[in-house]
Amino acid sequence: MSLVEVKGVSKRFGGLTAVSGVDLAVNAGEIHCLIGPNGAGKSTLFKLIVGLYPPTEGSILFGTVDITAERPYARVQRGMSIKMQAPSVFKELPVRQNIQTALQERLSGSERIAEEDRLLTLLNLAADSDKLAGVLSHGQQQWLEIGMALALKPQLLLLDEPTAGMSPEETFRTGELIRSFNAEGMTVLVVEHDMAFVRQVAQRVTVLHLGRIFARGTLDSILQDEKVAEIYLGKTHAH
Amino acid sequence: MFKLLEGPQTLGRGKMFWSCFLVVLAGALAYPLFADSYDVGNFAYFLIWIFMALGLCLMWGYGGMLSFGQTLFFGIAGYGYGVLAINMGGGSATIAALVLSVVLAMIAAGILGYFMIWGGINGIFFGIVTLSATLVLAFFLGQTAGPEWHIGPARLNGFNGMKGMDPLTVGDFYIEGSALYYVMVALIVIVYLALRMLVNSGIGNVIVATRENPQRAEMLGYDVRKYQLLTFVIGSGLAGLSGALYTSWGQFITPSSIGLPAAAMPIVWVAFSGRSDLTATLVGSFLLLFGFQTITVYSQQAALVLMGALLLATVMLAPQGFVLGIGKLAADWWQGRRRRGDVVADAGRLQPEES
Repeated sequence: MSLVEVKGVSKRFGGLTAVSGVDLAVNAGEIHCLIGPNGAGKSTLFKLIVGLYPPTEGSILFGTVDITAERPYARVQRGMSIKMQAPSVFKELPVRQNIQTALQERLSGSERIAEEDRLLTLLNLAADSDKLAGVLSHGQQQWLEIGMALALKPQLLLLDEPTAGMSPEETFRTGELIRSFNAEGMTVLVVEHDMAFVRQVAQRVTVLHLGRIFARGTLDSILQDEKVAEIYLGKTHAH
Repeated sequence: MFKLLEGPQTLGRGKMFWSCFLVVLAGALAYPLFADSYDVGNFAYFLIWIFMALGLCLMWGYGGMLSFGQTLFFGIAGYGYGVLAINMGGGSATIAALVLSVVLAMIAAGILGYFMIWGGINGIFFGIVTLSATLVLAFFLGQTAGPEWHIGPARLNGFNGMKGMDPLTVGDFYIEGSALYYVMVALIVIVYLALRMLVNSGIGNVIVATRENPQRAEMLGYDVRKYQLLTFVIGSGLAGLSGALYTSWGQFITPSSIGLPAAAMPIVWVAFSGRSDLTATLVGSFLLLFGFQTITVYSQQAALVLMGALLLATVMLAPQGFVLGIGKLAADWWQGRRRRGDVVADAGRLQPEES
């Protein structure tokens, strides 16, 4: 059963068509990766799903509910959560307050504080919890934003290039973290360029190219597709 | 609930800070016992404006909305108080007039704020729209000199201003002089503590998060427009409280108290003090008002020039505000002493809430 379904969605910015007639279904409980070369429309599609852009055409369903006209906060309240491509945290606020602001609608009192501590430890940020988020490294800010997204305990977690700026070890840890939350039932849609990371987490992969769906399937089937190799992976990576 | 009095959004925490607070409060309460009634009346006058400054601090410093329209709501409530007090017959009804005039200002803020915030107006345009609305009201009231401009028996009187309303009254007792001073002190304490609790609460977290990154705040599931509107309405209501108290204090109000020079003053007070902290705004605004009034006795032009110079100096030298900067330096110095083991008392500084 699809948790989120994108039906015939297009997005045009003036004369530029960033996304064109995309149909995409993300099944409940899966980790679905969206890949494609730069400019393929991946981040635009994310912003359409989460409501930061209104689609020019098409509709978006969350479960059975048409959320096309809903504002982002309403979609988040339904159970979506997103980590943006560039770190988007509250830079002038302490790290703990960033997490607290994300948690406070769901938990209060000692429960909230315990969950703050758990997340900060999980994200390797416990020692920096009193620092302003703006002084963290790029990778740490990525972690913090992932933590804020996780704090909402969403049904659908959207991650736009979650490992950008991370070391291979941090990238691997991020993959394991995502898999652990998926094992608890969270559906995850990831935009990512790092193929090792995609191999680590993806159960299904969709390739986007020039704003259209180009291919979909398992990563192995995608890698064996000559056309995909040509437009994105480069033939040497395909085998 | 009272633990919200301290938190990451407010300067000052621990026994040392609250001891200082109580000492200042005790001094304020004892002041009329030692000062002559003229000085007490002047102090009451300074204190009237503090509400407007605290309201702007909430909107601008915490909410990131630079409103140039504090005197718009000051004027609405000020004239509202006059109209209501005259129409309701004065006496104890002035208390109701005070409350209703503040509610009137908040309703006006709700309407203006709704169209601005839901219309996506932010940043510098927020200031431009609020200033425009302020000037519209000031110019409108300035042309109401004719006898046809009246609401019931209350004449608006154009540039000469509205007069003839009773001061705040309970029974046969006029709240003036020392009584008004004590009312001001009590209201300031209530408003100051309530605002501290607000900004350190979950709502305050969302207000400052919206200031920092409204898109991220919305992506946490908050309808940031509602929080911005709430901030705007509360801040404007406080400006309205200043307006109603001002009219009650002087038993008159003129359009000049709404116009451009008046509208610029709260910006100077709050910018100089430190817009991101309530205590800095409270202290700094009082000092500036006191200084301004003292200089005005000799030359109003000199006082205005000084205000302009202070705003320039703030922008150039201490964009976060002079009083806040001094407060942080003092807090850091005190923290340093604590770390060296010289003292064990708690100290105040902006820092995250301890878990």
